Amino acid sequence: MLKTIHARKGLQLLIGLCIGIAFGFLLQKGGATTYDVILGQLLFTDFTVVKIMLSAVVVGMIGVHALCSIGLTQLHPKPGSLGSSVLGGLLFGIGFGILGYCPGTVAGAVAQGWLDAFFGGVVGLLLGAGLLAAIYPKLDKAVLRKGDFGDITLPELLKVNDWVVVIPVALMISGLLFWIEKTGF
Amino acid sequence: MNWLMMARWSPYVVGIGIGLLSCLAFLLSDKPIGCSTAFARTSGMLERMVRGNKVLEKPYYRKFVPEIDWEWMLVLGVFIGSFLSAKLSGTFAIQWIPNAWAQVAGDSVLVRWSVALMGGIVMGCGARWAGGCTSGHGISGTLQLAVSGWIAAVCFFVGGIATAMLLFKVILA
Repeated sequence: MLKTIHARKGLQLLIGLCIGIAFGFLLQKGGATTYDVILGQLLFTDFTVVKIMLSAVVVGMIGVHALCSIGLTQLHPKPGSLGSSVLGGLLFGIGFGILGYCPGTVAGAVAQGWLDAFFGGVVGLLLGAGLLAAIYPKLDKAVLRKGDFGDITLPELLKVNDWVVVIPVALMISGLLFWIEKTGF
Repeated sequence: MNWLMMARWSPYVVGIGIGLLSCLAFLLSDKPIGCSTAFARTSGMLERMVRGNKVLEKPYYRKFVPEIDWEWMLVLGVFIGSFLSAKLSGTFAIQWIPNAWAQVAGDSVLVRWSVALMGGIVMGCGARWAGGCTSGHGISGTLQLAVSGWIAAVCFFVGGIATAMLLFKVILA
């Protein structure tokens, strides 16, 4: 049943669109499509973004691993390396701090009428992604393969059942969120 | 249906909703949510319009073919969903520069747009360098407990916090 749904290309595009609409609706309602909220998080004056992301991770982590445990889906962890994840991550972070939107929220920011998100954000992202595509062959050899660790997950690294990591991580994140609420952020 | 017209929802309601959407994406599409490949594919599509089919031979575009796929539709959906939400709550408004920026850096549109463009270029490059963004690594990678996701997410915020602090507390202060 699920395999037939996964194999239908047109239907998949429609599902992607519907999930995107709900995602965009939630991001806008949460304030995450607003520059001031994102910058507030990076400057530690507004913890909205962390609250949204961490509660999404707790629910998604438990839900997706439960779906895996009953055989309805499987994980798709991305491969990584120190050259890719650390250097690329820091570079992304620098751009994130300057732009004040990320690739998902920038689309939502344009949709609520914010022009800097389009003329700076979307145009810049397209140029940046094109630039990366141009230097990719050299970058791949010189940097992206350095310190490769593959598509490993934390439970695989620790050689334990997934739930041995899922439950403590869910508890720790929930504890952190309670602490953030209690301290009044 | 008053709640659909509210300007803001609790971040926890929003977060739980996004967590459930992630589960739905795995169940119905066998995919994690992510946004940045849509920009890479679009960039390839635009380049193809200018330079023709030889663009498709670039190693990067062999890996990420410039075409409309699931993730591209997802980003289109984010645009539509955010527009609907903003229209329903009456928060849709043409805004040339963000308030938080104007308060500190002044109200020059050209300055904000140029800075945002630089930020966008660096972020677009960084997202594809790292193989994902705040959605693909920050939410989908961490919830799968992927090592790549946790490392990238920490680096996103370390880089982002350091840059925002430098920009707002030193350069513009």
